[in-house]
Amino acid sequence: MSLRRSLLGATLLTGLLATQAYAENTFKFAFQGTLKSLDPYSLNETFTLGTLNNVYEGLTRRGPDLQIRPALAESWEVVEPTRWRFHLRKDVKFHNGNDFTAADVVFSADRVRSEGSDLKTRIPADAKFEIVDDHTVDVVLTSPNPILHYEWDTWGIIDKEWAEANDSVRVTSASDQSATTISLQANGTGPFKITNHDAGVKTTLAANPDWWDAANKKYNVDTIEFATIASDATRVAALLSGEMDLVYPIPVQDIKRVNDNAATAALTGPELRTIFLGMDQMRDELLYSNIKGKNPFKDQRVREAFYHAIDIEAIKEKVMRNLSTPSSIMISPFMFDNASKIARLGYDPDASKNLLKEAGYADGFEVGMDCPNDRYVNDEAICQAVVAMLARVGIKVNLNAQPKAQYFAKVLASGGFDTSFYLLGWTPGSFDSWNVLSNLHGCRDEAGNGGMFNLGGYCNEDVDSLTAQILVENDPNKRLDLITQAYQITTAESAYIPLHQQGLAWGVSDGFDVVQRADNVLMLYHVNKK
Amino acid sequence: MLVVSLIAFVMFRFVGDPVDQMVGLETTLEERAKLREQLGLNDPLPVQFWNFVSKAAQGDLGISYQFKRPVAVLLSERLPATLELSFVSALFALLAGIPMGVYTALRRESFLSKLFLTVSLIGISLPTFLIGILLIFIFSVNLQWLPSFGRGQVVDLGWWTTGFLTVSGLKALILPSITLGLFQMTLIMRLVRSEMLEVLRTDYIKFARARGLKDRAIHFGHALKNTLIPVITITGLQLGSIIAFAIITETVFQWPGMGLLFLQAVQNVDIPIMSAYLLLIAFLFVAINLIVDLLYVVVDPRIRIGGAEA
Repeated sequence: MSLRRSLLGATLLTGLLATQAYAENTFKFAFQGTLKSLDPYSLNETFTLGTLNNVYEGLTRRGPDLQIRPALAESWEVVEPTRWRFHLRKDVKFHNGNDFTAADVVFSADRVRSEGSDLKTRIPADAKFEIVDDHTVDVVLTSPNPILHYEWDTWGIIDKEWAEANDSVRVTSASDQSATTISLQANGTGPFKITNHDAGVKTTLAANPDWWDAANKKYNVDTIEFATIASDATRVAALLSGEMDLVYPIPVQDIKRVNDNAATAALTGPELRTIFLGMDQMRDELLYSNIKGKNPFKDQRVREAFYHAIDIEAIKEKVMRNLSTPSSIMISPFMFDNASKIARLGYDPDASKNLLKEAGYADGFEVGMDCPNDRYVNDEAICQAVVAMLARVGIKVNLNAQPKAQYFAKVLASGGFDTSFYLLGWTPGSFDSWNVLSNLHGCRDEAGNGGMFNLGGYCNEDVDSLTAQILVENDPNKRLDLITQAYQITTAESAYIPLHQQGLAWGVSDGFDVVQRADNVLMLYHVNKK
Repeated sequence: MLVVSLIAFVMFRFVGDPVDQMVGLETTLEERAKLREQLGLNDPLPVQFWNFVSKAAQGDLGISYQFKRPVAVLLSERLPATLELSFVSALFALLAGIPMGVYTALRRESFLSKLFLTVSLIGISLPTFLIGILLIFIFSVNLQWLPSFGRGQVVDLGWWTTGFLTVSGLKALILPSITLGLFQMTLIMRLVRSEMLEVLRTDYIKFARARGLKDRAIHFGHALKNTLIPVITITGLQLGSIIAFAIITETVFQWPGMGLLFLQAVQNVDIPIMSAYLLLIAFLFVAINLIVDLLYVVVDPRIRIGGAEA
């Protein structure tokens, strides 16, 4: 009896404490995926890095418009083509009270390139970090690199002392058999601290009053609660019922419902990811086709015919409910200034049929198509629409739509590029065209060395040499020109069929103002209670 | 259990490549290959199976690929959520199912009986996830009485986390347990009803009536007691399936139990969690069957060997 009474007392007490905590500004949000390891170098994935970015900051950060701004580095300059100098911010403290110094930057640079890190591409392997003084660091490169710092916003700086004291020097890698301190706790310099982390269920963050940029802070939330809600319907219901202040993503078919509800609104905008169709142009005979002895996709006219057969406006209107931006190139126009100079091939079934006839396929042919069904917005529905559109020009497509785990295991390098025709989405992690050109357009061998995500094996020596020049060209105008040339070649050859940039859709309670960044990252310092 | 784990292992070949789910897009091929080697994914299937079974026999279920924590710890953290949910829904199924079954058997023509039967038809024919979504829509979105997801506030007792001790925890239990228990309730109600009807026709009930016993004594003292044997069997077996099929309910309500963990593991090809979960469920089924068999002896004097003299 006494035990029960004391338990009851404890319950009441926790209840009271909870009510008090809620008197502050609490912001609750839910996402479909989970936050697993808290080690900022364990997994190169948007949601994980984006969320940890509130805790660990990089030398740079990206604003609401995705422009690069100074963060832990106050400024930087290219002293000579292969030497960059970063001036670090003074008076920055980690959450545990330690000072932020050049030693932490060098330590983090070594750690992010060490065995087990999934973010090795953040810094060239042969770049050297030299400490000039406590708040100045030089980066010495072996060749010029104009986009050295493009991905440094998600390369969070870790406290050297803390990591060494807590057995966290080693990166918690994908094959690790035990958790290290850093995968369960966090110690960054950012505006929020992680106070509780229950992986896969709930994570709680609290505002950091000692943040270096607290003077300019725009947010007024004190406590953040993040929960995973995997089921679409439940996530939307949690928003509508007022249990959550922000949920994302919301399915396109629920946008109207969220807008019709008095207390919530849908926040939509174009995302950076480009969805496209790819074709196997490498094998001498397609794996999944009734054409034997040759590969129709090697013929540029066939690829063009496929391109002409796609009615992108219909996909936008019917499948995406207008929440997509048709694209003419393989990168979002946010990240490429000359995007308007390249146009889509128009929807023209007659031209498509003529091209097929010229190529010797007047009666069309059969081809198998691989498609994920839980990876991109309405991915399977897009594929079904493509199947119907190609049927109109005489191409019979056998669709194989699978969950992403099976789909990627089949079509990626690890599955031997086992596909003839596929749908894929791509966001360049560096926000730069070089990534798109080298990963998706670079020539590769059968094992995948070269353009690793060039699943169809498109190959053009000219594009490859342009890509190599783009990598080292420091002059922004010349560089833009080179990139434009490369895209002109790949578009003329119909290397891929770009479809659209899918839309972002977040559901937000009317009580809060948030900023939706096009990379689908929620920065908590953009959250404001009205 | 050995068979279950063997079948599970063969199936895992077809769920996808765990490595793709563990690393980001830009990871190179060499690193991926190295990771496969380190995880022992390149070993032949019998070797992998032997490694798993021999370790499991020693109580080591491996480390989750995604969470980097021992699977046994993860499962034991999630176990309370699933067991509380299953327990409450089984209780709901019994407490609602038996009285409804008795009532419909005794007053076959009444309006309430017909209502119960209609409800039970819905319970049997609607899929679980749809019932869950309907309940969420009515009670959390429209009426805003009950939470739509999660466990609410839980109290940590050290080795067990419970939602029974807080208001929000109890409120959070209501919708998922109804969703999970509705099918079982229907089943029990229909079973009790048909068994009751059967028993009421037997001779000894007629004798009891002839002896002038009250209806109440006949119905509950004699008839109901004799209908309970099949009910216990079914309830026992269903308890196993409640725990196993909590997967769907837990997904709809984002209930942080083992089923949700398993489903996330399937999506991420987290093989250690999947195999341990299937093994655990197999074990639960075996254990529950054993308990049910033992319970028979308590309820049915006829199977007490050398027991009560006739």
